[in-house]
Amino acid sequence: MGQPLDPPPEQPRLHRGRRGLAAATAVIAAAALTACGSEAAGPPVLNFYTPADNASGYAAAAEACTEEAAGRYTVVQQTLPKSADDQRLQLARRLVAGDEAVDLMGLDVTWTAEFAEAGWIEPWPEDIATEIREGTLEGPYETAVYQDRLWAAPLNTNTQLLWYRTDLAPQPPQTWDEMIEMSEALHEQDLPSYIEVQAAQYEGIVVWFNTLLTSAGGQIVSEDGEVLIDDGPAAMQAASIMQRVASSPAANPSLSVSQENDGRLSMEAGLAPFQVNYPFVNASINTPPPDGGGGGTFIDEQGRPTNVDTGRRVIDVFAWAPYPRVDPNEPATVTIGGLNIGVSTTGGDQELAFEAAACLRNRDAQLRNALEGGVPPTLEALYSDPAFQAEYPAWEAILDSLRNSSVRPKTPAYTSISIVLADLLNPPAEINPEAIVPRMAEQIEGAVNSEGLVP
Amino acid sequence: MSVQATAPAAETERRAQGKRPRPPISQGARSERRLAFLLCAPAVIIMLAVTAYPIGYAVWLSLQRYDLRFPDDRGFIGLSNYATVLTSGYWWSAFAVTMIITVISVAIEFVLGLALALIMHRTIIGRGLTRTVVLIPYGIVTVVAAFSWQFAWTPGTGYLANLLPAGSAPLTDQVASIAVIILAEVWKTTPFMALLLLAGLALVPDDLLKAAQVDGASPWQRLTQIILPMMKPAILVALLFRTLDAFRIFDNIYILTNGSNGTGSVSILGYNNLFRAFNLGLGSAISVLIFIAVALIAFLFIKLFGAAAPGAEPERR
Repeated sequence: MGQPLDPPPEQPRLHRGRRGLAAATAVIAAAALTACGSEAAGPPVLNFYTPADNASGYAAAAEACTEEAAGRYTVVQQTLPKSADDQRLQLARRLVAGDEAVDLMGLDVTWTAEFAEAGWIEPWPEDIATEIREGTLEGPYETAVYQDRLWAAPLNTNTQLLWYRTDLAPQPPQTWDEMIEMSEALHEQDLPSYIEVQAAQYEGIVVWFNTLLTSAGGQIVSEDGEVLIDDGPAAMQAASIMQRVASSPAANPSLSVSQENDGRLSMEAGLAPFQVNYPFVNASINTPPPDGGGGGTFIDEQGRPTNVDTGRRVIDVFAWAPYPRVDPNEPATVTIGGLNIGVSTTGGDQELAFEAAACLRNRDAQLRNALEGGVPPTLEALYSDPAFQAEYPAWEAILDSLRNSSVRPKTPAYTSISIVLADLLNPPAEINPEAIVPRMAEQIEGAVNSEGLVP
Repeated sequence: MSVQATAPAAETERRAQGKRPRPPISQGARSERRLAFLLCAPAVIIMLAVTAYPIGYAVWLSLQRYDLRFPDDRGFIGLSNYATVLTSGYWWSAFAVTMIITVISVAIEFVLGLALALIMHRTIIGRGLTRTVVLIPYGIVTVVAAFSWQFAWTPGTGYLANLLPAGSAPLTDQVASIAVIILAEVWKTTPFMALLLLAGLALVPDDLLKAAQVDGASPWQRLTQIILPMMKPAILVALLFRTLDAFRIFDNIYILTNGSNGTGSVSILGYNNLFRAFNLGLGSAISVLIFIAVALIAFLFIKLFGAAAPGAEPERR
């Protein structure tokens, strides 16, 4: 480092390469030293691993909490992949290897039991858990509870509504049976008739099934791993609805590969009078292209999509209603999605991590995620916030749906259950409602005990 | 593979030497041999570290009940993971799908590849250009190509799906999906096949073909009686490489259907059990079974093509 950088004039050219190398080494060594030095001097760093979607929102929360901590800790947001499967895989790899750099994690609501049972996340101390519970919606709070303990702090939540077109359905359907009838009637008149729902072979079809099953009064498996799916007629009823939606002549031929975005696109293209989907579809149709649907395509007098400028777009007839019921007398119990913050067992200072997690899910952070990330908050008070209501015109329906929600099975083997169910239920048009229930029960039994293959 | 390929060669060498006692090794020869071992050692150690160790570890894992989600239930359970896999319908349907994709795609690739190789071999004008154009699909990243196939076959967004009768969605049906997967594989790897076969074509002497022509052999006779037998070693290499590759198919399926509608291959099954179900025991058993299947395929090829195997003594043909 003390060497002169300019070679003296008498230095032969030959030595330049070696001297350059030495200088470069010195620079790298110096950089490494300064890096170490600054880390040792500053406050402890807490790494917050979050999904890639809305990463900027989580980073902003990390910055705000670092400021609030006033030098006691620094929260650094780290981005995980976009897909939930990839996020889970990457976190699992780090946690199994005992990565000390993982302090806080954004956990999908379905991972709570798995991460808790595997010993990857810390249970929350009673006193902080009580604080977290205060003001938090019951359904989202339940997603973070396993074996009567809180394992994560609810950050965002999500729920589905029925989005429909008022020109094709002046009154929204109350039940699935009604919706199927309406769609078939539209099909007979050669009008747009698709019912859009998530039916591809992935988590989405399991969410659909779980919502129908719990709405009919059933359950997949209890918290202690007892298989309940073949208890009573609920599973058969749910499977039968799925089969009828998919095999109807009015159905989208691509239904068995449809995910959330396909449903949104189909409705914006004027092909679907109905879709069950998350609130992002409303934000999307109100956003100009290329980020959103820009009001959807033009529609003619009858409601068919057209390329001609008729002055009327899908957005003009776009509305929402509660999720269709299974039992006409009981509201549907929609499956909750969302993200919770867990504290890793492999990280450094866990006490600080709990404190930081509580901060990362505070009102400001949740409002920011709702407005910029499109994910509804878990704090009930935010639903009466004017800024939130302006961005989510469907806020009342969302809140109602969250108050009457269902949680996916809380078992460490949930992912395996989800894989076998998705495999059995897809393609939905080929479901045999009577034959499928015993097969589901058998496969779930194997999955719960981590025996047997997943497809 | 290379170990098996050279085994017959070693055998012939030994036979040629007979049972004569070896002459005593001189001091110099011995130290030279020691030096040779020392020079090989780093390579051998690296090979052991990066191949033998992971394979051995996978075999060890496959004999255990090892699920990341149930750390307390870990234990040695012998061969019962293999029993679970081999009695599971999922394994056999994935195996059948894999075999169908392998056999059909390699057969089509061979015919097309041979045709392309003959064209490339005979082209006089624009030889470089032809070869470059033919190789383009092989140069495109498989995942990127798979995405473009996926879009092409999705109704609404795809130009190929729009050619089909309205209302058909090929990627939602098992047979149609497998056909699309095979098409994507064939499109992608035919150039590789053609390139390997082209190298084989260079082995066929022109004089021989001309002599056959003078003797009145038709073009078809020349192809089947002269060109193909002469190319046998190149054909073996091409078919072997492609069969082993096709049997391990993963990326095209992962993007196109991700195994839905009964289109999962054995590799997809292994991935799902390892990286989604976190069941290291069962997943490793599947991996080991794939490894055994691949070794069997290689073994059968060498047996079938006999002495034409690369590395075999050419005189023994």
